[in-house]
Amino acid sequence: MQVRRKLIAPLLVIAIVAIAWISLGMVVTNSYYQLMLTLVPIWAVMGLSWNLLSGYTGLISFGHAAFFGLGAYTVTIALVKFDITPWLGIPLGMIVGAVAGIVIGYPTFRLRGVYFALAMLAYPMALLYVFVWLGYQEVPLPMKREEPALYMQFSDYRVYIALAVGLLVVSLLISLAVERSRFGMSLTAIKQNEPAAEAAGIDTLAWKMRAIMLSGAVAAAAGGLYAVVLLVVTPDSVFGVLTSAQALTIALFGGIGILWGPLIGAAILIPLSETLQAHLGDVIPGIQGVVYGIAIILVVLLAPEGVFWRVRDQFQRRWATRAVQATPLAPHIVTAAPAPATPRKPILAVSGISKSFGGLRAVTNVSFEIGDGEIVGIIGPNGAGKTTLFNLLNGFLQADSGKVVFAGHELIGLKPNRICRLGVGRTFQVARAFPRLSVLNNVVVGAYATTTNDADAFAAASAALAQVGLFGRADAIAGQLTNKELRLMELARALAGRPRLLLMDEPLAGLASQEIEDMLAVIRSLAARGMTIVIIEHTMRAMVRLSERFVVLDHGAILAVGQPSEVINNGGVIEAYLGKKWAAIRARS
Amino acid sequence: MTSFGTFIEIFLQALIAGVLIGAIYGLMCVGLGIIFGVMRVINFAQGEFLMLGMYFTFYLVVGFNMLWFLGPIVGPYTGALLAGPALFAVAYVLHRFLISRVTGISVAGTEGEGHYVQLILTLGVALVLQNGGLILFGSTPQSVRTPLSARAWEIPLLYDANASLFLNKARAVAGVVSVVVAAALYWLINRSRLGKTLRAAADNASAAIYMGIDVDRAYRIAFGIGIGITAIAGGLVATYNPFQPYIGLDFVIIMYAGVVLGGMGSILGAFWGGMTIGLVQQLSTLVLPTQLQNAAIFVVFLLIVMVRPQGLFGRATERV
Repeated sequence: MQVRRKLIAPLLVIAIVAIAWISLGMVVTNSYYQLMLTLVPIWAVMGLSWNLLSGYTGLISFGHAAFFGLGAYTVTIALVKFDITPWLGIPLGMIVGAVAGIVIGYPTFRLRGVYFALAMLAYPMALLYVFVWLGYQEVPLPMKREEPALYMQFSDYRVYIALAVGLLVVSLLISLAVERSRFGMSLTAIKQNEPAAEAAGIDTLAWKMRAIMLSGAVAAAAGGLYAVVLLVVTPDSVFGVLTSAQALTIALFGGIGILWGPLIGAAILIPLSETLQAHLGDVIPGIQGVVYGIAIILVVLLAPEGVFWRVRDQFQRRWATRAVQATPLAPHIVTAAPAPATPRKPILAVSGISKSFGGLRAVTNVSFEIGDGEIVGIIGPNGAGKTTLFNLLNGFLQADSGKVVFAGHELIGLKPNRICRLGVGRTFQVARAFPRLSVLNNVVVGAYATTTNDADAFAAASAALAQVGLFGRADAIAGQLTNKELRLMELARALAGRPRLLLMDEPLAGLASQEIEDMLAVIRSLAARGMTIVIIEHTMRAMVRLSERFVVLDHGAILAVGQPSEVINNGGVIEAYLGKKWAAIRARS
Repeated sequence: MTSFGTFIEIFLQALIAGVLIGAIYGLMCVGLGIIFGVMRVINFAQGEFLMLGMYFTFYLVVGFNMLWFLGPIVGPYTGALLAGPALFAVAYVLHRFLISRVTGISVAGTEGEGHYVQLILTLGVALVLQNGGLILFGSTPQSVRTPLSARAWEIPLLYDANASLFLNKARAVAGVVSVVVAAALYWLINRSRLGKTLRAAADNASAAIYMGIDVDRAYRIAFGIGIGITAIAGGLVATYNPFQPYIGLDFVIIMYAGVVLGGMGSILGAFWGGMTIGLVQQLSTLVLPTQLQNAAIFVVFLLIVMVRPQGLFGRATERV
């Protein structure tokens, strides 16, 4: 219900923009301004396409011209060679764009950050030379005098304006649908912390592939319509760097990660650069590129996330001074039940796993079992391979050898998101939040793993927050939390995926003594509900109280396994922690 | 003559051309590699500075004929070398007022974010320079012709009296000058006091600050040197290759491919990376049509980043 009400405002804005634009198009008679009224929506669509991939995922594309150009050439070649009308050519181009998205995305998503951006640049550049080589230097679209409307050729320019606005509306609706669904939320989670998203059960590669396919199709549609409007296609105009830069600039200038951004960017930059080009283009031929260059420089220096966010932040700051801080609710107290003494059947069986990095053997032939419902502590000095072991268990690293069986499933070779979906939750040594999402949304991302509709995901997330006593902070932005709240939130995110086994990497690190007690109470309450928990921790005193069993690692190998009281009196363990001298003293006394 | 003999001849011809062009590519890669290695800055506008180096040489030597006293052969090469200090000054100022705002210690904590901002800012700089170049210099292709451009040394092949290799003199001299400049820079970085300062700032910026090194100044100098070196390479390319204001785009990919291939932070690595790209480009003409020569470079570049992305920043995995 709430979701539906939130959709009314953006839909209204889209309708108003479309009606206003078309009305403006009906009034304007100057053919030059008519062209401008067509180009602004087309470039806004291109900006939206860029935003669909790069704005939401944070993977900057320097090569959106590849999709734009493929769309333009598909429409052109379909018309010139096969007499296929653009009415079919544009959808055909969208298919080509989506397929190009697959072909480009699959290898390129292995790259991160700067590499991704540079690699994306190479695609349209290579395509440019290929199309020149194929002999498509300058392809005019033939005039169809018999049935112009059938070939998308109109003497009345207003029809083109309406077509461009129609494409814009469709693109805005697609963006809105993405933004308000788990699609957009998953992409945002990837942007803010990709490993955390993967560990929370988000199939990051699958979502990125969907994003680039959709983005490629939308860009190809923009390119196709561009060809129809300008009636001539050259490799430079559609595959050139300026095309990619224009898509990026429009989105970046207006605001990234929001559907209004490209709209604002196109509405300001296209008229500006086109007007300059028209009036000064003969005298100053490169003026358009200079305008975009200066726009990029100014935006990066003054409003790095775009005009929309800058203006919104200004307004919110004014609001915030008046708003009253919400008071957090009292934490949800759960009392721990005593652990049952019956022998447990194993839920996790690790046998002989090893991992080395070059010459360094981080984990060597480690085997142990974890019983269902058990709390096990993994202890050992720094560098013993504890975190590496967790990374092997949840799929961040691939073991060189050995087997891991969890509840009847072999885990080796699976991706982290699959392992998470099988019921293995995980928290991190340094809490990995999605810093710009609210606490609730952080946890909702974790809930996607086990829910199919958004209402269930929100319910599961709320329940998980209540379970850790963080419900009162649901609306806070994760970046503002204290260390303890951050750790509780990360725990809630893991719980929202309804894990049967929870891997916690130093959950007590950096907490004060009272905070440690709170955290221990939460962990015990989870165990009392039958969850199996494996904890890496240095705080020995807390661990002795919490764990039923210890697994001691040293130099990547198992040193001892057993009851806490046995293990802490084991000479080898004392030696590993404190050195030989202490072990000797303990042995004598 | 056998067809195999012809193939060998063509192959050797392409190999020699590859080595000479590779030396020049190596020099421009060294320029980018220094900026990369010392500042960890992604400079997208490097190709445009190469273009400015070309036009600087052009106006100095052809446009205003200011080096007439050096004669038609020494003049152009001197002009190319002078592009180094000239563009050093431009880059120094640009860093002071623009690049330093998104680089250096202030963004050290925000690794990933910092790179995006740099990449996008320098894209803006590239667009302004490219199109500003079009406004100032016009779109007519220019070149710095020397009497050497049309001359070649003929090297007879011993196994066949009829076969011989041709060595374009302009390219050969440009290649040799490139090697000399790269070697001089190698000496500067590894032996001089300034080089030590730069390497300290590159290795650990905060530790360098505690040792009393002005890291911001070191970055500025590194940026200036990197741009200057690439500009010299541009001036050398101008002696055998016509150019226009958009030529930087073709070279920026070559430079990144070379630097990624060579592994960052290593001047020698960047040089050999550039050399490899030059060889690939020239040898690709044996099997591909000339128009696809550049497309081949982009494909090679893609393969390099896919196969060996850690060449760039060394760290292959992220600690979790």
